[in-house]
Amino acid sequence: MKIVVAVKQVPERDAVVRVAADGRGVDESDVAWTMNEPDAYALEEALQLKERAGDGEVVVLCAGPERVQSTLREALAKGADRAVHVVTPESGAGSLGERDSLDVARLLAEAVRGETADLVLTGLQSDDLGAGQTGVVMAELLGVPHATLVLQVELVSGGIKVKRELEDGWMQQVEMPLPALLTVQSGGNRLRYATLMGIKRARQKEMREVEAAAAGKRVDEIVRVSPPVRVKQTEMLTGSADEIAAKLVERLKFEVKVL
Amino acid sequence: MSGVLVVMETKGAGWHRMSFEALAAGQTLAAGLGVECSAAVLGEGAAIAGLVTELATKKLAAAWAVGDTLLEQYTADGWVAALEQLIAEVKPKHVVFPHTYQVRDYAPALATRLGEVLIGDVTAIRVDAQSGSVFVRQWMQGKLNAEYRHGGAGGVCVASVQAGSFRADAVEEGECEVKAFAPKLEAGKIRTKPGEAFREAAQTVDLSSSAMIVSVGRGIGEQENLKLVEDLAAALGADVAASRPICDAGWLPMERQVGSSGQTVAPKLYVAVGISGAIQHLVGMKGAKTVIAINKDADAPIFEVADIGVVGDLFEVVPALTGAIQAARRDANQG
Repeated sequence: MKIVVAVKQVPERDAVVRVAADGRGVDESDVAWTMNEPDAYALEEALQLKERAGDGEVVVLCAGPERVQSTLREALAKGADRAVHVVTPESGAGSLGERDSLDVARLLAEAVRGETADLVLTGLQSDDLGAGQTGVVMAELLGVPHATLVLQVELVSGGIKVKRELEDGWMQQVEMPLPALLTVQSGGNRLRYATLMGIKRARQKEMREVEAAAAGKRVDEIVRVSPPVRVKQTEMLTGSADEIAAKLVERLKFEVKVL
Repeated sequence: MSGVLVVMETKGAGWHRMSFEALAAGQTLAAGLGVECSAAVLGEGAAIAGLVTELATKKLAAAWAVGDTLLEQYTADGWVAALEQLIAEVKPKHVVFPHTYQVRDYAPALATRLGEVLIGDVTAIRVDAQSGSVFVRQWMQGKLNAEYRHGGAGGVCVASVQAGSFRADAVEEGECEVKAFAPKLEAGKIRTKPGEAFREAAQTVDLSSSAMIVSVGRGIGEQENLKLVEDLAAALGADVAASRPICDAGWLPMERQVGSSGQTVAPKLYVAVGISGAIQHLVGMKGAKTVIAINKDADAPIFEVADIGVVGDLFEVVPALTGAIQAARRDANQG
């Protein structure tokens, strides 16, 4: 079984994000990067599927500038067999920020096409732009069936059976033939850490660089990016921990009236 | 190519609660643009007859009943094919969806088939003379707002609206014609076989009626540190809840999760400890009367919804608060 896992590199959760000088993107100069968490769950599901099957290959795929190779190496250290890096410029024409979701999905789908995978996995959404579309758009471009918000994957005769999340704590099983694409929801598995041995082995594994196709014309357009305007008047408490605690107790007694 | 088409979603035999929020968004957008708004419901013909009759009591140009036996149960393939054909028939300039899990499953594929990009999870829509329709969506877990517009003069602009961003009770009443649309669907082209919805286990923790909740997020760092939060909850007499990552990690059971994939709560007091406030969490707790947020990151979106905010180290503030509450309770008992 050959599984391709498409991952994205995103700013770390605690990153201080500022609006870029042109007012239409994020200033990336001081950002620390990490693997998008839902994608880490997609990778985990792929590794477990391969382990259960006893054989197969897990190929990890990422589009972006040079920096994304650290995320690909992390995936290799966790157990992916090889990596494909679709290289885009750091900034300006052809960079990820200049492409819409359709165009980025096209880059990834093009790379997947060369792999003839049985299964393509990716996270259900990214922690930065949060569009939640890349996987579904890739499935449409590749002409394969898909399911979203997947928690578990099981091989059955003629294809796969997946458990997917519905709203309000409901679940559903869906069956489909292979090849297929699944977007993985977090929490279906426990994430593994890379071992020292894994990190060492990762250095020997293949990392293939592919030149990204030129960017297509954007369908949508970003007019402006700005910090949200606070709508609620929040009373901010300051002082030492004890002073803050005393102020909070006062509010709980006289305003919230729960003490 | 001018009007707005709203795609309603059903749930069981009735409506998905977000459908009328999307309808309100569609009506507002249409009014802003000075165009007509219509709406559509998909399903098995007889099953949606009552729903489309209800839809015809709203201020719309038409209520479309898109009926077929192959639409009895939701599949992405069925919905994409049926809506692609409906859009070719109605020729709207804008298509508006509620941003439900179901819409997330098929709308990006539909947009791709149309050569478009879904502008998803929209929190606000603005119409101005210069830009036309502008859609606001969140970036970086709510730390930034990004305004989008559809690029070309031609084509269809597809957008889905976030839960709670538009008011269902703002839908304008009226009267319109019911129109039937019979899509041409082939059973062989529906590639997925969906099963019935089920629940893993009976939910034993009901947080929806809790008066006080202390909720914990990633900021707690380690499972061992949960005791800090449990002690605070015990001192207050509150229930313990969490954001999704804490339940994903198995530190607290899934049934204590508050948010879009967990429970929706509306307590008198909600104390958010180390919770950044991703939108998926906020939709589950924004009904709380008083929100106290403790977080080290002053830019955390949780402060957008907090009444009282503390930017600080929860490992200092939480134990101090627990101690102060215990002391206050002792004083009250002695008094």
